[in-house]
Amino acid sequence: MSSPTEGTANTGSFVTEEALQRLKKRHGAEARFKLYGQLAIGIAIVALVALLVSIFGQASSAFSRYVLSYDLNIEASYVDPDGTRDPEAIARNVSGFNLMLQDQLADEFLSDDANRNLRRELYGMFTRLAVLPIARATADAPETIGSEQIFNVALADDIDLFLKGGVSARKSIEIGTVAAGDGSTEDGVTLTLASQDAAEKLGAALTELTRTDVDDAPAVALIKAGNTWYRMEASEGRNLSLTYLAGPRALPSEGAAIEALILAQSQENRTVTDRQIAWTKILQTQGRIKSVLNTSLFTNSDSTYPELAGTAAAIVGSLLTMLVTALLAIPVGIFAAVYLEEFAPKNRLTSLIEVNINNLAAVPSIVFGLLGAAVFINFMGLPRSVPLVGGLVLGLLVLPTVIIASRAALTAVPPSIRTAALGVGASKTQSVFHHVLPLAAPGIMTGAIIGMARALGETAPLLLIGMVAFVAEVPDGPMDESTVLPVLIYKWSTGAERAWEPQTAAAIIVLLVFLILMNLIAIILRRRFERRW
Amino acid sequence: MDGNMEHFTQTKSSARADAASAPIKVDCQNIDVYYGDKQAIEDISLQIEDRSVTAFIGPSGCGKSTFLRCMNRMNDTIESAKVTGKIFMDGANINDPSIDPVLLRSRVGMVFQKPNPFPKSIYDNIAYGPRIHGLASGKAEMDEVVENSLRKAGLWEEVKDRLPAPGTSLSGGQQQRLCIARAIAVSPEVILMDEPCSALDPIATAKIEELIDELRERYCIVIVTHSMQQAARVSQKTAFFHLGKLIEYGDTERIFTNPEHGRTQDYITGRFG
Repeated sequence: MSSPTEGTANTGSFVTEEALQRLKKRHGAEARFKLYGQLAIGIAIVALVALLVSIFGQASSAFSRYVLSYDLNIEASYVDPDGTRDPEAIARNVSGFNLMLQDQLADEFLSDDANRNLRRELYGMFTRLAVLPIARATADAPETIGSEQIFNVALADDIDLFLKGGVSARKSIEIGTVAAGDGSTEDGVTLTLASQDAAEKLGAALTELTRTDVDDAPAVALIKAGNTWYRMEASEGRNLSLTYLAGPRALPSEGAAIEALILAQSQENRTVTDRQIAWTKILQTQGRIKSVLNTSLFTNSDSTYPELAGTAAAIVGSLLTMLVTALLAIPVGIFAAVYLEEFAPKNRLTSLIEVNINNLAAVPSIVFGLLGAAVFINFMGLPRSVPLVGGLVLGLLVLPTVIIASRAALTAVPPSIRTAALGVGASKTQSVFHHVLPLAAPGIMTGAIIGMARALGETAPLLLIGMVAFVAEVPDGPMDESTVLPVLIYKWSTGAERAWEPQTAAAIIVLLVFLILMNLIAIILRRRFERRW
Repeated sequence: MDGNMEHFTQTKSSARADAASAPIKVDCQNIDVYYGDKQAIEDISLQIEDRSVTAFIGPSGCGKSTFLRCMNRMNDTIESAKVTGKIFMDGANINDPSIDPVLLRSRVGMVFQKPNPFPKSIYDNIAYGPRIHGLASGKAEMDEVVENSLRKAGLWEEVKDRLPAPGTSLSGGQQQRLCIARAIAVSPEVILMDEPCSALDPIATAKIEELIDELRERYCIVIVTHSMQQAARVSQKTAFFHLGKLIEYGDTERIFTNPEHGRTQDYITGRFG
């Protein structure tokens, strides 16, 4: 502003008090707006991080699952009663395999006189369809019938959830050793703890886990003495009266270590019984329960059992639907945009069409679903729940988006390119297809893929055309009944069992991965074209 | 096109000797141009000589660019524009509906105000025109066309080692010469230049002017310019436009030394515009 020698002299003439005040105000306003902007970005980032953390936190348990590694004796009398060794008949004989598994489990874990309720408790640790892969494997290799095979048997969703730390708040403590044991496993056992401290420790843990805010029932203690599990019914000083649950029936020997598993909720209030927990614990100690990658999430189709439900059918359904959508929306959208932008006369009709395209982009998606149901299903007689109809509806839905994005990309091409092409004697069509379209391609691609990404996440219109159907088979083609990922997420999220929760989150992650892949493709395409041009 | 080339080679030697009385290439008769309701050009008749440079001068908005664009029917691309009158080129009225503007534009090349190379390689920039008009069969012939065009535009020595480089990577002056080479590549007879140097520095401008002077020997060149000095330097004939009317047209020397009209005098001496 002024040189140092004459600085002070000149300052007064144009840097007045008011000017400085105004300057301060302006600087203040600038700083404020910068802060607002940073705040907005901050809020967006926090929201995104919270979303991702919650989804990934929930889903992490769905990507692995617990199975029982079980030596199964494939007995011909169960799996192939007719002795035909026909693979199809074996594969279909799911109930035979089930019976075989149940009987072998009962042999191992139950006494011969066990009643039905006990059996049901034991069988409840496994899904009925857990034998399905066993049946298939046996059908593929009938020679294994009659031999002993090791199979991973999927545990029921509740047991899986319990192993992953769900079902009930719990705490495991060691409470010294056994001083004396009395009674019998049938009528109840009385066990004396070696030290008073241990008894107090147990009492404290019980009080700690009793949650009056959740239910009125006190916490439950499951006691492991030696390898046998008991439920503690009452305690008096160092003496605990116990009911036998599982494990060897011998009375605890003196000096055996005692562990207590304190559960906040009694078995009436949870989905896993005390005895099932005891069995699970025993199997875990034996090292027979393993955590495996939940591949069924990607290879299986929908199921009524969350532990068997997978996204395979929905992924294929989504891909087929996207294919139909892309085939409809992208060419139609691009040609409509090219015509409107480059060839159409600017008159009242074209401006009316323009306004309506912009309006269509704002029409709620469910309206498109109704339109699809009325036109494609009722009027044209196409079947319900098929990717063809879904793709057509979504194609119509994203068409305005594609047109608007393509037009924006075409408008962004400098007019000098058009005049240059016309100047060397290119026709209008040549100038558009040789010069304008290639230059607009990255923008058009981006618009199209963003439109497709919107279609991929769309649920409401697909509900209306019946794509919410339960689909247990991977669809073979666009005319096969199927569902799509967002609808599957919606359906799973309404499932009653707790195990649907991580399953839903896992499906959301699958969907997100798809969306990220699509955006990645958009970025790569844009990069490639930009380098070439 | 072969015919044209023959025509050039035949008349080349005589053109040099007899530049002053060159034949009429473009004969514009009673041209009116309307943009919607607004009349941009009012009844202009003008005869442009072959193998010479004709400069259009005048203040902004006087219609000189619009008139230039009549000669290759570029105004057709503007929806609201309407052109009436006749423009004869080699005896044919180019405004006749039977004349395809696309073919016309291959005979009347155009260079624009801002260098506008295609965002393609230098080679493809030149080869595009010949390719769509089928002027070269085979790669070797196309290479020849490209080299000839670049040589004529005085760009060959500068770019011969980087033909695959994008045209947009050249400097502004080189880009404009590339655009001239692109126009030449389709062997036009007339080259229209719409303020070709307005976006260039004085050195690049000097090169373009030199080039125009060389091209005059083979082509009929019409140039729109805002620079009076440029018009005086490069052109043989000058037309002065004002408010959509042709005020004065004649030999450049006479226009700049002894203009008939007061307005022309005022404009070239810088009293207005």
